[in-house]
Amino acid sequence: MVIKMAIRQGRYTLMLPSRPVITGSAAVVGKKEGEGPLANEFDSVSQDDSLGEASFEKAESAMQRDAVIRALNKAGETPDNVDMVFAGDLLNQCIGTSFGLRGMDMPFAGLYGACSTMSLSLALSAIMTDTAAANVCIASTSSHFCSAERQYRLPLEYGGQRTPTSQWTATAAGAAVVSRTGSGPRATAVIFGKIQDLGIKDANNMGAAMAPAAASTIKDFLSDTAGAPSDYDMILTGDLGTVGSSLLCELLMKEANLDISGVHSDCGIMMYDLKNQDVHAGGSGCGCSAAILCSYIMRRIREKSLKKVLFVGTGALLSPTSSLQGESIPAIAHGVVLEAD
Amino acid sequence: MKVTNNEYDDMTKKASPNSPKLLNMVKAFCIGGLICVIGQLFKTLYTNSGLSEKESSAAVTVTLIAITAILTGIGIFDKIAKHAGAGTIVPITGFANAVVSPALEFKAEGHILGTGAKIFTIAGPVIAYGCASASVYGLIYYLFCM
Repeated sequence: MVIKMAIRQGRYTLMLPSRPVITGSAAVVGKKEGEGPLANEFDSVSQDDSLGEASFEKAESAMQRDAVIRALNKAGETPDNVDMVFAGDLLNQCIGTSFGLRGMDMPFAGLYGACSTMSLSLALSAIMTDTAAANVCIASTSSHFCSAERQYRLPLEYGGQRTPTSQWTATAAGAAVVSRTGSGPRATAVIFGKIQDLGIKDANNMGAAMAPAAASTIKDFLSDTAGAPSDYDMILTGDLGTVGSSLLCELLMKEANLDISGVHSDCGIMMYDLKNQDVHAGGSGCGCSAAILCSYIMRRIREKSLKKVLFVGTGALLSPTSSLQGESIPAIAHGVVLEAD
Repeated sequence: MKVTNNEYDDMTKKASPNSPKLLNMVKAFCIGGLICVIGQLFKTLYTNSGLSEKESSAAVTVTLIAITAILTGIGIFDKIAKHAGAGTIVPITGFANAVVSPALEFKAEGHILGTGAKIFTIAGPVIAYGCASASVYGLIYYLFCM
């Protein structure tokens, strides 16, 4: 058997000739996300952010486990058949993921890519299956507003004001099953981004910190593939929010004369009703892009109303310690091309 | 990237909306003022009940702290503070909320290393530098005014 394998195209892009298939995907979200414009897209909306668990960390783990189980069911797979899980979250030591997937008996690689984790895990799963190193992989991530707030910012009941540029960490989890065979959306190319840092220090303006990373990855990808934004039905960024999205479009015009405004969407803007849900510049958190990709986007690719999507998850690689030490915020963006079957 | 850090800083400033400062100040003034009025009402009540000036001042402080603690516990304080800003932070209510909110938040990590260790996470600097500046002020007062 001749196995087609990932081929490097241009400087940074990897083409996946076997076109790995996303055979099943699922998204589980919290109450606030379930009150947003995409409410009907998600597989499950929890009315209680604690999910009946004793802590928000446990709730996040339960959410990610639920997303993985639902995705496996949709793909018609069982944990026994899974060759590799690539997954991560925002919590210290990635406990949201490792505690959530504990006991499922699947080979596991924990990832940290901040909010870019969905694109990172999906890219690694796609390469692993494309190279035939695995037949079935899972890419999953989660974030929880309450567990993230207490780790990165302030206690939930602390009475402070959020700045207009701040984003709301989504309580959400998404999982996708990537297989060598089957039907569904296909991952046809991936690109791993380079760390970018244009000196933004404001941890309440992560969209601005992440926009250069998204711009760099999109520019490199379109240059490697000699493509144009119009080749895609959608260029979907992870969660830049309103501020980051406008900066991304501006940066791409300045850097490479690329106008993506006609096809650009952003998960941070899509997740909430920005006017009425008091989320300021939009949503964020690994679960934000994961939940939207694994529900709304995958469904539309499956139905072929979207035929070709470049999904670019963006992550701000800061920590509370680095912020206190006055460091600027490095950011990363990884891309995956998803095409209709 | 061709764009330099300075150019990007300018772009970011242009793209980032500013806080509605005037509205925030008006809200802070009204809600902060209302808290002071409530404090004054309690003070009058306590003085009329026979407490001395000094005792009623202390009782007002305790009352406002208790009200804040309860409002924080039932999840209402942060909703008011979101609008009030400095209006709730500057009075004793801000300090009370800064102690109660981490106490509640870190309960999951246990009473000693959770609540006990984290209770002054936010208020700690105020206590530390408050005591330090009071010492300096006391020293100056002692040297020049006695």
